[in-house]
Amino acid sequence: MNSENILEVKHLTKHFKAAKKQVVHAVDDVTFSIARGKTLGLVGESGCGKSTCARTVIRMYDVTDGQIFLDGTEITRMSQKELKPFRKKMQMIFQDPYASLNARMTVRDIIAEPLLAHRIVKNKAEANDLVYSMLERVGLTKEHAGRYAHEFSGGQRQRVGIARALILKPELVICDEPISALDVSIQAQVINLLKDYQDEQGVSYLFIAHDLSMVRYVSDDVGVMYLGQLVEISEADEIYKNPLHPYTKGLLGSIPIANPKLARLKVKSSIEGDIPSPIQPPSGCRFHTRCPYAKPECAEKTPKLTDAGNGHRVACHLY
Amino acid sequence: MEPVLQVENLKTSFMTSSGEVQAVRGVSFSVEKGEILGIVGESGSGKSVTSMSILRLLANTAVIHKGSKILFGGQNLIELPKKQLRKIRGEKISMIFQDPMSSINPLIPVGKQVAEMIREHHPERSKADIKAEALELLRKVRIPEPEKRYDSYPHEFSGGMRQRVMIAMALANKPELLIADEPTTALDVTIQDQILRQLRELEEEYGTSIIFITHDLGVVAELCDRVAVMYGGLIMEEAPIDDLFENPGHPYTMGLLASIPDLEQDKSVRLRPIPGSPPDMTNPPKGCPFAPRCPYARKICASELPDFVEVGERHRSRCFLQYEDAPADSHNPFAGKKKTGGEREE
Repeated sequence: MNSENILEVKHLTKHFKAAKKQVVHAVDDVTFSIARGKTLGLVGESGCGKSTCARTVIRMYDVTDGQIFLDGTEITRMSQKELKPFRKKMQMIFQDPYASLNARMTVRDIIAEPLLAHRIVKNKAEANDLVYSMLERVGLTKEHAGRYAHEFSGGQRQRVGIARALILKPELVICDEPISALDVSIQAQVINLLKDYQDEQGVSYLFIAHDLSMVRYVSDDVGVMYLGQLVEISEADEIYKNPLHPYTKGLLGSIPIANPKLARLKVKSSIEGDIPSPIQPPSGCRFHTRCPYAKPECAEKTPKLTDAGNGHRVACHLY
Repeated sequence: MEPVLQVENLKTSFMTSSGEVQAVRGVSFSVEKGEILGIVGESGSGKSVTSMSILRLLANTAVIHKGSKILFGGQNLIELPKKQLRKIRGEKISMIFQDPMSSINPLIPVGKQVAEMIREHHPERSKADIKAEALELLRKVRIPEPEKRYDSYPHEFSGGMRQRVMIAMALANKPELLIADEPTTALDVTIQDQILRQLRELEEEYGTSIIFITHDLGVVAELCDRVAVMYGGLIMEEAPIDDLFENPGHPYTMGLLASIPDLEQDKSVRLRPIPGSPPDMTNPPKGCPFAPRCPYARKICASELPDFVEVGERHRSRCFLQYEDAPADSHNPFAGKKKTGGEREE
C-alpha cells in the first residue's frame, strides 16, 4: 500500500446470483488506486459495472473476491461494526436527489444524522452550528434548515445530499452520477462546488458519470469500464487525446459535440450493436463482439491491463 | 419554402390545486419540409408541453387557450374534432418519446405492432403485404435478423432496440412530420449516436420534417438545422444551427453554452454556471422570465416582456439588450452588433 493513496482496489470482483443458478459478472478483476486529494473518473455505458464497483468499494455490497484498502487498512472483509470508524472517512453522493433524501426529515436533521450516528455531537442542538456552516458551504442558508426536501429544486436537493456527505469531513467521497439528474445550467454549479471543496480540504473523489466531457473536466485520472472490466486507465487528458482501446475510441467518438461545425467534420468512429449480457459475457476480450479490429486471438485470450507507456494502461491485444 | 407546420401564439396551462401552471405562454414557430427543428430547454421550460399540444396528447387538467393555432395541411389542429385528429396521428404526424414502453404494448410481439400501425391507416392492404412492409421497416431501423425478431416481445429487447421499434412504428406510414421528445435521453452515448444517425438517414430518405426536443446542446449541434431555445414557457431565441452556436443572441443561450465544458476545456478554469434556478410557472415573472438569473438584467427586464428582435438572417432573440436603443455600454454583450426592429424606450 502506497501511503499517498487514500484508496487501493486490487482484483476486485463482484458477482450477483441470478435466477436458474446463473451468475451476473458485474465487476471482474478490477484494480485501481486513488491518490489523496485527487479524482478518479470512471466511465462506461449502463451495465458496465461502474456503479457496482463504487458500491462494493464502500461495502454496500459484499466483496466476491479481491481486496480494498482504505487509508492503508484492508476493509474487504470487515464486519459492519468493525467498519464503522472507516465509514467516516468514506461517504457517498447519489444520483437521484429525489430518492436519496428522507421526505419526512427536515434538512437540518438529514445533515445532522451522520454527526449523531458517529457520536461526533451529543445532541441535535450541538449539531446546529456545524449544520449551519455546512449549509452555507454548499450554497444554501441557515433559513433552509427547517424545510423539507420536497420544498427544494433538484439542484438544491443535491446540495443537501452533498452537505450530508461532507459533514463528517470524509477523505474519500464516492460520487455516483451526481449531476445526471440535474439541468444543464445547474450541473456546473454542483461541479464547481465539488471542485472548490476539493481544493480547500484535499478530499479525494471517485467520480462516476456518463457525461464524458464533465468527467474529463473534474478528473485527474480516468478509467474506462466495459462489461465489468477495466479496459483502459490513464491520466485524464492523455486518455482523451490518445485513446488506445477501440472501445474508448468509439465511446469518445459517440459524444455529441456542442459545436455544429466541428460535429460535421468529426470522423465518426461509432460502435455498432448493443452491450452483451453480463450473465454470459463473451469469451476472451469482452469487447471482441463489437470491435472493428478483433482478431481470432481476441475471442480466446483475455487481454491483461498492461502499461503502454507513461502509465497509460490498456487491456487490448493490439498493444 | 412552404412550412409543414405552423404554430401560432400557443398557450397551454395546467389547472392544479396550487393554481394555474402556465407551461406554455405564447409560442410561435414553423417547421419546413425536410427540416429538423430542435427545441432546447431545461425541465419546466415548456418544450415537452409544446410538442404534446401539437397532437393534443395532454392530460385532462390541461387547457389550450383560445387564439392558439396549430396549422397543419390547411387545418387548425386545435379546432379539429377528435375523430379527424386520430387520422392525422400516426399517419401524417407521429411522435416518439423518451420511454419506448409508453408507445409499445408489452403483450404484443413487436412485429405485429409495427404491422398494426400500417393496417390501422391502410385496412385495404393484404396481410402478407403488410407483414413484408413491417419487416422492411424493422430492417431499416437496423433490428438484427428481423424475421427472427418479428415475433419477439418487447421485454426481450434492450432499451436501444425498443427505441428502434418505436421509430419503426412512427415511420410506418411515412409521416410528413415526426415529433421526437427526448428520444435518446435514457440511452447510452454509443446507442444515442446510432439512433441520431438513423434519424438523419430517415429524414433524408423520406423527406420527413422532424421536431426534436432535447435538453442536450450537443445533440442539437449534431442533428438539427435550426433551433428554438425555450425558457419559462417562451421561445427566447431562434436561429439556424451554426448561427446559434457562433453568435448566440440571448444571455440565456450564452449562459447555457458557457456552463457545459467541451473536451478542450481548461481544467484550471472554473465553469461558469447560470446562478439561481428556473422560475415557478404558477407565478411566472412579469417581465423577461430569465431576468432574475441574467447577469445583464436592467430595471425594465423585471417589469416588461421584450419583443423579438431580428438579430441576423432568420435569427431572432427576445431581449431588451438587443433593441436598437439599448445602451451600448460594457454591460451590453450585444453592443455594436447589427440588428433591426425593437423600438421601445428603456
